[in-house]
Amino acid sequence: MTKKFEFSLNGKPVSISLDNEETPLLNVLRNDLGVMGTRYGCGLDQCGCCMVLIDGAPEKCCTKPVWSVAGKGVTTVEGLGTPERPHPLQQAFIEEQAGQCGYCLAGILIAAKALLERNASPTRLEIAQALDGNICRCGAHNRIMRAVEKAAARMREGVRPGIPQ
Amino acid sequence: MNAPVLPGPLADNPSLDRWVTFPAPGKVTVGTGRVELGQGVLTAMTQIAADELDVAMERITIRSGDTEFTPNEGYTAGSQSIQFGGVAMRQACADVRGLFIERAARVLGCKPSELDIRDGNILRNGTPTGQDYWTLAGAVDLSAKATGSGRRKAAADFAAIGQSSARLDLPAKIFGKPAFIHDMVLDGMVHARVVRQPNRGAAIAAIDEQAIKRAAKAPVEFVRNGNFLAIVGNDETAVDLAGAAAANHVTWQHVETPTSLQAEASWLIQRPAVDRIIGAPEPADPQGRARFEATYTRGHLAHASISPSCGLAVYRDGHLTVWTHCQGVFPLRAALARTLGLDASAITVHHVQGSGCYGHNGADDAAADAAIVAMKMPGVPIRVRWRREEEFVYEPKSPAMVVKVRALLDEAGKPSDWTAEIWSGTHNYRPGAGGNLLGGQALPNPLPEPPPGDVPEANGGGATRNAEPLYDIAGKRIIHHLVMETPVRTSALRGLGAMPNVFAIECAIDELAERAGQDPVQYRLSITADRRARTVIEKVAAMAGWKAGELGGAGRGRGIAFARYKNRAAYAAVVVELDVDETIRLRHVWCASDAGLVVNPDGAINQLEGGIIQSASWVLKEQVRFDNGVSSFDWETYPVLKFSEVPEIDIELVNTKDEPPLGVGEATAGPTAAAIGNAVSHALGARIRDLPMTRERIMATLLKE
Repeated sequence: MTKKFEFSLNGKPVSISLDNEETPLLNVLRNDLGVMGTRYGCGLDQCGCCMVLIDGAPEKCCTKPVWSVAGKGVTTVEGLGTPERPHPLQQAFIEEQAGQCGYCLAGILIAAKALLERNASPTRLEIAQALDGNICRCGAHNRIMRAVEKAAARMREGVRPGIPQ
Repeated sequence: MNAPVLPGPLADNPSLDRWVTFPAPGKVTVGTGRVELGQGVLTAMTQIAADELDVAMERITIRSGDTEFTPNEGYTAGSQSIQFGGVAMRQACADVRGLFIERAARVLGCKPSELDIRDGNILRNGTPTGQDYWTLAGAVDLSAKATGSGRRKAAADFAAIGQSSARLDLPAKIFGKPAFIHDMVLDGMVHARVVRQPNRGAAIAAIDEQAIKRAAKAPVEFVRNGNFLAIVGNDETAVDLAGAAAANHVTWQHVETPTSLQAEASWLIQRPAVDRIIGAPEPADPQGRARFEATYTRGHLAHASISPSCGLAVYRDGHLTVWTHCQGVFPLRAALARTLGLDASAITVHHVQGSGCYGHNGADDAAADAAIVAMKMPGVPIRVRWRREEEFVYEPKSPAMVVKVRALLDEAGKPSDWTAEIWSGTHNYRPGAGGNLLGGQALPNPLPEPPPGDVPEANGGGATRNAEPLYDIAGKRIIHHLVMETPVRTSALRGLGAMPNVFAIECAIDELAERAGQDPVQYRLSITADRRARTVIEKVAAMAGWKAGELGGAGRGRGIAFARYKNRAAYAAVVVELDVDETIRLRHVWCASDAGLVVNPDGAINQLEGGIIQSASWVLKEQVRFDNGVSSFDWETYPVLKFSEVPEIDIELVNTKDEPPLGVGEATAGPTAAAIGNAVSHALGARIRDLPMTRERIMATLLKE
């Protein structure tokens, strides 16, 4: 029995018809909507590769049923910025070369964005704790934390994301 | 005059058009057999090609790991990409540049020595000639063989090499563009999950197909070939549900499960093994000299790549095309050909990036899974993505190891004779001949299991890697017991045996320094004349503000350790500062490394830093547990270092211009492990010789004191 689900993705309304209303949001994003930036890492809510913002709150979406986001606003890494108009976090990640394989980065950028929205001046420890739900296996942690600090400083100076959320 | 000796990979792949082509005006395509594993190798190769061809980096598109187009450079492994593959790339580009200069000289009627190239344009005595790579491309035969006669740039003339160039692949990952094999979508593609054969020889007893189909909640089909069973369907969610449910609805016979006893390294001793001695036999009579003996162990490790393995394949018109994130597309092609009974010429294998692999993970097997399903469903592109549990349980593990160090000491307390006795399963069980691809083992009449070997000493050794101390010791030998049967499949993980061996050597050296009443830094300097070794040890001590004789205790300690990876790649010395109570908290790590000519300094530092953090994770947390089977199956049962647990890290490169490049990717793992061990000993006044250094081991050590 096909059911229709509507939510907002990166500020734009989307509508999707599915037989299985338990389909994880991650699979809907990647397979039905072709939005590939959010990655599959474990399917167990453990690694954070699939982190998105749901009404502004960072959540892992590999087990989150699509029905649970009906009527809500979903932000993925594609919603942060573009190469032409990068989010200060994305700009800082490039400047700091904050990554090795990069598979974890989409989820980490989302977790960092959520942190900076609730805390404009996080300490190194607060950044670390905010990212503890995201696994980086390559060992780029310090670069990532430096990039978050740099983006936070710029945003305090008034640099705003290129694309309003 | 003798012909110049070609760098190995170029001698193996002499056709220059495998390395460089000029496909369209203003464009250069460069081919490398090395693949991107998150280590930044493609950016470094682009820098190399830009300098040797004299073109801007922006003009270059790099093609890597492709049986159709690129050189065959075997595996991207062992920190050899820049040390060997980069040198081959330099020479190939230099040869190509030389051919164009020669051709241009003929066209322009001048001497080659009058000509130069700037961003692809041919200049005569500094003036544009109207000729460039692209105007001349039709007249230069790049299918010609490399001669090695092209003159490589002198270090003083490098523009891109030696600069910290931003990684070319990172923006796609930061802006959420399709970047990984997992993001590939082929027309008409179906998803597949494999119901894994628990072990070679296990046979399907029963399948409750209806129960699995009910769990899928959408149509799925079964593809079976012998004991190879896969679930396929259009809906990835459905195949995931079915794949998870299959564990309860497919029963197997002839199942073997590793036991918790086998998880401990000590299990290896007394197992059937192939024994050998590298070096002279151990002196029978120590003649009253003081002796030192200690045993160091480490459990099995998982690669634990952040993305489960993925493979795509399509079999169409008698040709099999495979996409994989494995480390060696040519060896995989050979293995697939044997496994599937195809001619290698009927298979094309393309590399597509996956997440960091750090060695032989499930990538080859996932590709084989896709290929096996594709052969049963001609014309349909198949995408296999392993489940998280599948990756943890079935990826090849880094073998547990026991390293026993025996040393004889002279009057000054310095080692005069050194024996490392090693017990380990193989560190090299790559697909090769094809008998060990997991999916292939489940097929009817599977290829025989290849006997375990280990990496030859000429390639740096496997379990024996870095088992010989670099220090000035009169007598040295390695006794290697290659344990023939391991409880789980074991193969290559970053550094192979180097981490446990350097851990053993460098902890033992600290123990000897303590016995001799000497400072660990001074003691190391007193037993090595190697100038580059001394430089990195002195450098890291200065960086860390090392004070000889500084007292440890009160839970805080400092440790130093040093190694030259494989005794022939990069030098690295590491100082660790940490706190210990019931657990270990790393505070700060300093590292000095000599990697010779560094193509991309920030890239090299990123690799050294990643090696430090990964090694710290191994030492503090990681061991694959067996409890009626592999019981480390997710991130909770196999935890790794978290953001709040990583130390501050400072790294400095020395000697970056004057010497040939040396591989760095695996250089810091051993020294970091040993420096942690030495710092823990400094803090506790007692030594932990078994890895990982869990809370239980720390408490047991404290109680013994």
